[in-house]
Amino acid sequence: MSAESLDAGAVPPTSPATPVPRKLVYRHPLPIRIMHWINVVALTLMLLSGLQIFNAHPSLYWGNRSDEGSEILSLDARRDAAGKLIGVTRIGRHEFTTTGFLGVSGGSDRPQVRGFPAWLTVPGSQWLAMGRRWHFFFAWVFVLNGLCYVGYAIATRHLQRDLWPTRADWRGLGRSIVEHLRFRHPHGEAALRYNILQRLAYLVVIFVFGVGIVLMGLAMSPRMDAVLAPMVEAVGGRQSARTIHFIIAWGFVAFVLIHLFEVLISGVFNQLRGMITGRFAIDAAPADTGTPNPGALPESVPPEQKPHD
Amino acid sequence: MTDRRSFLRMTMAGAAGMLVAGCDRISQTAWGADTLGKAEGLNRRVQALLSPSGSMAREYTEADISSVFHPNGTTMPATPAYRALMASGFRDYRLQVDGLVRHPAMLSIEDLKRLDVRTQITRHDCVEGWSAIGKWQGTVLSAVLDHVGVDPRARYVMFHCFDEMEEDTPYYESIDLVEAMHPQTLLAFALNGRPLPVPNGAPLRLRVGRQLGYKQAKYLARIELVSSFEDIGDGNGGYWEDQGYEWYAGI
Repeated sequence: MSAESLDAGAVPPTSPATPVPRKLVYRHPLPIRIMHWINVVALTLMLLSGLQIFNAHPSLYWGNRSDEGSEILSLDARRDAAGKLIGVTRIGRHEFTTTGFLGVSGGSDRPQVRGFPAWLTVPGSQWLAMGRRWHFFFAWVFVLNGLCYVGYAIATRHLQRDLWPTRADWRGLGRSIVEHLRFRHPHGEAALRYNILQRLAYLVVIFVFGVGIVLMGLAMSPRMDAVLAPMVEAVGGRQSARTIHFIIAWGFVAFVLIHLFEVLISGVFNQLRGMITGRFAIDAAPADTGTPNPGALPESVPPEQKPHD
Repeated sequence: MTDRRSFLRMTMAGAAGMLVAGCDRISQTAWGADTLGKAEGLNRRVQALLSPSGSMAREYTEADISSVFHPNGTTMPATPAYRALMASGFRDYRLQVDGLVRHPAMLSIEDLKRLDVRTQITRHDCVEGWSAIGKWQGTVLSAVLDHVGVDPRARYVMFHCFDEMEEDTPYYESIDLVEAMHPQTLLAFALNGRPLPVPNGAPLRLRVGRQLGYKQAKYLARIELVSSFEDIGDGNGGYWEDQGYEWYAGI
């Protein structure tokens, strides 16, 4: 298929009266699928163990020092007049009561002073040493998996062909935004092609978030700072690096939430099968399958497309 | 709506809780903790490759110094031996240097000041995540080691401290000889131009430029050169290491 000639924005009208025949195409090759699911595990455990590590000192600063009073974010606790523990989240000068979730959590019978609640940290209890073990173990999984992915994506031209936006993609930016806001997704061949927003999202996640969070993690290592000092100073200092590391982590969470939402509204079963077996169903255009046959079993056509790798 | 929202929240918290509970069970097994701990060796080797043994921790200017250098851990050792030294302003303090050395020694602060002294403004990074900057003045550890003569069998320098973390469990730490010979590894006796305050480790503490705070042992009583730390404490090379923290504290 010639990707360049396809128009990502052209959504074929679907008629509810006559079921459109579907065909399966081989979309995600095995290495991509394996790396995707390894990444799911690594990112999840790094987030949860990262929140455990954050809880050891649940405040963020800018610069090289963590001077008291200069917090830009803190998850704190105080007691009210009746002596009850109140969770307080401060962002700059703004203060929010977040009892039960941030600052103080664990139920009203046994409230605990802790940044993030036990159900969001690995391990669940306050156990920094073990949180660090989880974090650094899966940091290696994340980094090695990411390097394999980028190497594979370049070698198979997945990066150049499917992720790097073409001039036509850029021209379709406005239309793509509108399509996304209307929750409309292409169903035919065009569904196989990443649209401009997808391309930009993936590129930002891989090369800005992925590279950035690893570098900011390394910037917190005193041994690495002996050689990374110029980079650490460029972002403002070690505490700035810690703050950016935290922000990018939530950037990943935001990406995953949008990603899951798009998967849900564009056919959750089909998308999941695509990332598990590699096979993804699209509407078969009449030109491809001859006369549309409403009686034909969907997904009975053997994969004939070359992998959309 | 509230029902649906609370249902959604319960489902999410439930799913996360199950994941956390699963991870907790792995954390509590010996093989789980050991497997996860494998990353430490990789961190140490790769970091030594990327940041060579001679690389220097960044040094800051006077303007960067923290107005308060937050003391962590013990801030007032309770042992009688320490209290007696403190009562006389540490006049009778002697650092014991022994183990695998040719000439064991008892060194006063004045003795240490006669060896190679260095001043450095460096950043202290706690394993908890916070940082503080201080100006440290102290004797370069390599000068002390040269002074006593290191036996070729020695591989680690152990730091035994006055403060007890639990009953009969004094704080201790260890570094290897490569780190010990680094020019920024000091036995510091002054912080920000003044004799080291008690909360920060008076009269003498270790400063290792490129490792986390728990390596920076305070209240030094004795330095011992050893070939292995297997028989000291629980055998992991330090008080916090015995609690599960990594021996390599470069990250």
